[in-house]
Amino acid sequence: MSWQIVLRRVGKVYDERPVLWDISAKVTAPGAWTILGPNGSGKSTLLKLIAGLLTPTDGEVVYLHNGERLTAQQRRQAVGMVAPDMALYRPLTALENLRFFARARGLPVQDNDLLSLLEQVQLRAQAHDPIATFSTGMVQRLKVLTALVHRPPVLLLDEPGSNLDEAGMGFVRHIIREQMKDGIVIVATNDTREMDYGEPLIRLGA
Amino acid sequence: MSRSSGWAREAIAVFAKDWLVELRTRVALGAVVLFAFTSVVASGFALEPPSGVPAEVKASLLWVILFFAAVAGLSRVFVVEEETRTADALRLTVSPAGVFVGKLAFNTVLMCLLCAVTVPLYLLLLEAPVRHWNLFVVVVVLGSMALACATTAVGAIVAKATTRGALFGVLAFPVALPPLLVAIHATKAAWVSENGWRVATGDLQVLTGFMLVIVPASLLVFEHIWSE
Amino acid sequence: MSNIAKALTGVWIAGVIAVAFLWLPPAQGFRSPEAARIVVFHVPCAILTFVAFLLNAAYSWGYLRTREPLTDAKANIAAELGMLFAVLATVTGSLFALEQWGSAWNWDPRETSIVMLMLVYAAYFVLRGAVEERTKRARLSAAYALLAFPAMVFLIWILPRIVESLHPSNTLFSRSGLDPMYRLTLWSFFAGLLAVFVWMFRLRLRVEIAETRLRQQMSREPETTLTGAKR
Repeated sequence: MSWQIVLRRVGKVYDERPVLWDISAKVTAPGAWTILGPNGSGKSTLLKLIAGLLTPTDGEVVYLHNGERLTAQQRRQAVGMVAPDMALYRPLTALENLRFFARARGLPVQDNDLLSLLEQVQLRAQAHDPIATFSTGMVQRLKVLTALVHRPPVLLLDEPGSNLDEAGMGFVRHIIREQMKDGIVIVATNDTREMDYGEPLIRLGA
Repeated sequence: MSRSSGWAREAIAVFAKDWLVELRTRVALGAVVLFAFTSVVASGFALEPPSGVPAEVKASLLWVILFFAAVAGLSRVFVVEEETRTADALRLTVSPAGVFVGKLAFNTVLMCLLCAVTVPLYLLLLEAPVRHWNLFVVVVVLGSMALACATTAVGAIVAKATTRGALFGVLAFPVALPPLLVAIHATKAAWVSENGWRVATGDLQVLTGFMLVIVPASLLVFEHIWSE
Repeated sequence: MSNIAKALTGVWIAGVIAVAFLWLPPAQGFRSPEAARIVVFHVPCAILTFVAFLLNAAYSWGYLRTREPLTDAKANIAAELGMLFAVLATVTGSLFALEQWGSAWNWDPRETSIVMLMLVYAAYFVLRGAVEERTKRARLSAAYALLAFPAMVFLIWILPRIVESLHPSNTLFSRSGLDPMYRLTLWSFFAGLLAVFVWMFRLRLRVEIAETRLRQQMSREPETTLTGAKR
């Protein structure tokens, strides 16, 4: 079981404004990597390109499983992503959010399974509260949980520790360590505390 | 799991999620029903006494009200995903077809609820002379479904625009015009024609045909609207 | 288009107009036989409106397939020309309607169809104005054009069932309908107008290409010079 992500001369141009150009890289599971660069250098854009949320203007991002290219549908099943501008449904409770992402992916899960998952991120007691009432750290834990509910081989994290306290950072570190045992983790960050999450993969200029 | 059951399952999940959010916030429902209610009441006042107004005018006015009420709410289901920044999570989870069918189902049910509230009130206040009740109900259901089918993809376009403003109404009108005109024609038949069914059968076929054309066309272009 | 072709087009159209007014006999059977000459100009405008609409849909489809910015520009130009000819067709039609039927506007199916086409074009332009990013604008407007197209086809098809038409049906191609002399003049004018259409289309496209080049050049220049020049 080998997973691979290959970036071949990837570039993204918004109108005439190039955001990224000529980026090539290759990662093979297992392991963790970082994308480093100051704010506005295109880290989030690159992560979205890897996730398939954006289509590159030049080049391509290819997912390989045992040497076979994945389709868009298979790629959606293979990726979990947490990013600051990927919000959850605030009027819904933690359980309802989790239930939606699990059901939409066709996972045959019961509420009891979901509740024990919430237990693992210390949100069991708040399972029936709307997440509009949650703190940043609680929302971040729930985001990580929804991103991993389908056990994807690839986890993409955009600034996972931003606005988190020490306990929150510890949680993120734990998640990365678990995921990199057999999967792929790619972290985009600007925070010096997060640079040791993995090997530097790409360094972007301003 | 086969592909077809894949998007059907996704669509059901999206539909259930959207209704849950809608029942908590009542943004779309509130806008649509309140708009329809005020328009109906205003028309009732304006056309007093209603007995002096020709049935043809009343039939047209009903659909004008329903169209503008739809404009007030049918783009919400897409706009809210962009405004609350939940669209990316949805894009990563569900196929474009699953999203579109789920949202289309949401809008269809929203339109039917709108009609269930508005039409009886309208009939009551404006003393509409309905001759063929069965036909009228069929026309309202098919017509409102066709309006939802015509405008759902347009709502997705509007959600992506930089300045939304009154964009939805402007864009939706030309696409919704064919079912609107046909529904008005069929409603007149149901209210005043002696042989309403014979007059309106063609209209019902056109409404069905319109949906059978516009839904596949929407599905075809939706991926280009939804994915960046 | 070469200068010779442009000159020939000009002479051709001038000739057809002269023929239409000087040589073509007044059309008997109309309320004002002299005014009926306008049909020669009106019908080609209406046909070109629909040609432009078809082109707009075809280029929009092409854009979504290829994502080629120039194809989007072509779709937009087709819509612009469609709007222009729709206005011309409506004005010439209304003038004749006033003479022939006594009122400039009759909600005749063809009148309504062409006004609805204008509405689609207007909505298309409003949408283009409401999206800042060019690639997104191209994508969304192409999608809208492809939604409006089947709706318009439906509209043109259903309108005659709902309202009665004043227009003669099927006179353009049937042998018995229009006087052969009229038909010849009409199609001659159409040929001239088509040449103008192609010329305008290519002219607009050249402007579009020049603008794109200019933009690319501007964005390649270092930021400092640009802001420096402004200050």
